[in-house]
Amino acid sequence: MKKFITRLFLALTLAVPAIGLASEAVKVEKANIDLHNKQSLQRGAKYFVNYCMGCHSLSMSRYNRVAADLGLTPEQVQKNLIFTRTDGELTKVGELMKNGMTAKYGAEAFGNAPPDLSLEGRLRGGDWIYTFLKSFYKDPTRPLGVNNTVFANVGMPHILWELQGMQELQHEEAPAEGAHAAANAHAEPKLVLSQPGKLSPTEYDRMVLDITNFLVYVSEPGKLHRQAVGIWVVLFLLVFIVVAYFLKKEYWKDVH
Amino acid sequence: MAERPAHEYTGFLGWVEDRFPLMETWNKHIAQYYAPKNFNFWYYFGSLAMLVLAIQIFSGLFLAFHYKPDADLAFASVEYIMRDVPGGWFIRYMHSTGASAFFIVVYLHMFRAMIYGSYKGKRELLWLIGMLIYVALMATAFMGYLLPWGQMSYWGAQVIINLFNTVPYIGHDLSVWLRGDYVLGDAALNRFFALHFFVPVIVLPALVFVHIVALHAVGSNNPDGVEIKKGPKGNRWSPDAPSDGIPFHPYYTVKDVLGVAVFLLIFFSIVFFMPEMGGYFIEQPNFEPANPLKTPLHIAPVWYFTPFYTVLRAVPDPWWGTVAMFAAIIVLFLLPWLDKNPIKSWRYRNPAHKINLLLFAVVFLVLGWMGVEAVTTVYKELGTRMTQIYFLFFAVLWLHSYPAKVNYKKWFGILLGIVVVYDLVFRLNLEDGAATTQMVLQFIWPVIYLAATLLLPAFVPSFNQEKPVPERVTG
Repeated sequence: MKKFITRLFLALTLAVPAIGLASEAVKVEKANIDLHNKQSLQRGAKYFVNYCMGCHSLSMSRYNRVAADLGLTPEQVQKNLIFTRTDGELTKVGELMKNGMTAKYGAEAFGNAPPDLSLEGRLRGGDWIYTFLKSFYKDPTRPLGVNNTVFANVGMPHILWELQGMQELQHEEAPAEGAHAAANAHAEPKLVLSQPGKLSPTEYDRMVLDITNFLVYVSEPGKLHRQAVGIWVVLFLLVFIVVAYFLKKEYWKDVH
Repeated sequence: MAERPAHEYTGFLGWVEDRFPLMETWNKHIAQYYAPKNFNFWYYFGSLAMLVLAIQIFSGLFLAFHYKPDADLAFASVEYIMRDVPGGWFIRYMHSTGASAFFIVVYLHMFRAMIYGSYKGKRELLWLIGMLIYVALMATAFMGYLLPWGQMSYWGAQVIINLFNTVPYIGHDLSVWLRGDYVLGDAALNRFFALHFFVPVIVLPALVFVHIVALHAVGSNNPDGVEIKKGPKGNRWSPDAPSDGIPFHPYYTVKDVLGVAVFLLIFFSIVFFMPEMGGYFIEQPNFEPANPLKTPLHIAPVWYFTPFYTVLRAVPDPWWGTVAMFAAIIVLFLLPWLDKNPIKSWRYRNPAHKINLLLFAVVFLVLGWMGVEAVTTVYKELGTRMTQIYFLFFAVLWLHSYPAKVNYKKWFGILLGIVVVYDLVFRLNLEDGAATTQMVLQFIWPVIYLAATLLLPAFVPSFNQEKPVPERVTG
């Protein structure tokens, strides 16, 4: 009987993949996020406020929280990371990281208002952001001259083009004959750097990784704290389970 | 009015007991409630469900201190809880994990009732109250899911409320009445918040209370399905208590403490290390604020609703799909009247019944899996076939009530015939070649299901063999 059930399950589980499963998704590169790397997070914060924040706010994050988590003093943040004004005065360190762009203006300029990126790290994930920032290419048919292989027809300009340079999308030319032709028919178009920028590809990758790291941090600033507390909770419960187990055993001695 | 039993409590406890049945109630329901001594793993989930209810109510209360039920503020207020409220992230993850934990625990609790026949022997009302708890739980979870006001919150609620649109004649007015507006917006969010507080805090505890009153009036079932109250009397605690019973306290309280500890280990591992649970407990699209103008490519409800979502999608006509979805829930209410077999526990039922229950569990899981996947021709057909088997299960369950009398081969023919007729009349579309191919290929599933549960006992006598139920509980 038991054997029969096992076989039945086996047959069912084997049959399911056999009827065909398929799913396609955009391929993204692994970003290797490291939230413990405070220098990377600090650089990421610097790049973000300098290059991204003109359009993208982090309206759920506070400057002083970023300061505390990244090992910066409020003064350092006030001096180096705050470029915005609130009601005419320089934004204070306890305020939310908003910017001056209204949704209406953003929509007029880019088609869609640039989204707030407070939760982008959780919505899309670090790998996606990292790959996205590396995947702009020249496309004269688009209003801003660039397109993106991760986010087709994106409204965002290639804001870092001076640093990265400009890439072009190259479709591999299929060899005329032989087995290679079949293999290459499925080959994906490649991004090739056609015009170098101020940074070498390695430097650019590191910069993009820093920004990504920062955005992943900002999407859940308490993540490291959460995991650190969690270890103690789990250790306590493991000890408690042992105690509870022997308590139960002791009581149940009488039950026959 | 009946006299209350005399007591020997003195001091403050005696003073209270003269005025309020404190120890009387404690004894009746805890210290001198005799539960069968052979409860196994499956019997942890009732007390765990109460634990999760408590977690949800208290974490929910603290969330409500900071949450704002306003379409413009709700999303940001949740992130405010996550970032600025001290310990807010912990409360919120407990609540979001608790929602899923509640359903896991309740589904296991319900499956326990099915395998040991815990709805039998004057326990029909107990089962019905339990089903009402389940429905109230689903309503609560559904309304709670709108509150973070993310994309999936919004579009999930949109899909479900639009179902009421499909009701003939009154559909439009009904859905407007439910929303409080022509579109899903602030009015709906506000009332969902009110209901999400009212139902779990007032209605659920009241239902849980009557569920336990009904349980203690009849007495607990057990893995052997033996009524301990009908067995011999007298144990070392009391001369007139059932011999196979042990006081709930301290025996099952200490045992439940162990169960609670193991449960909390799993629960807090999720809360602290994987609160999103790979996108199943907190869905990624919900990190984007609700946008009525932007429909997500793929709307998937939270995992605990997906089996019924698949049933909904299995029927192309929206109204009949809605009917099928609600029927899939309502038919569960009828279990005590469908399964008329006098043997309670599957331990002593015929192996065909065991197969039926196991396949039902598998089918429920596959239905859940199909509900999170985007519709493809293959998946659509698989979902439809699993839906058919879901409903066939209840017919087979009824047939297995009378293993000695039933004509299995005849019923195999009738049930398979119903599937074929349904396919031919309502589903066959020869213009869609791929769908027709899948329909033919996946016809294998109902055939396997019915063969395993009806033909096997018909041709192999050992699969139809019931075992004698022991006089006393075993183990």
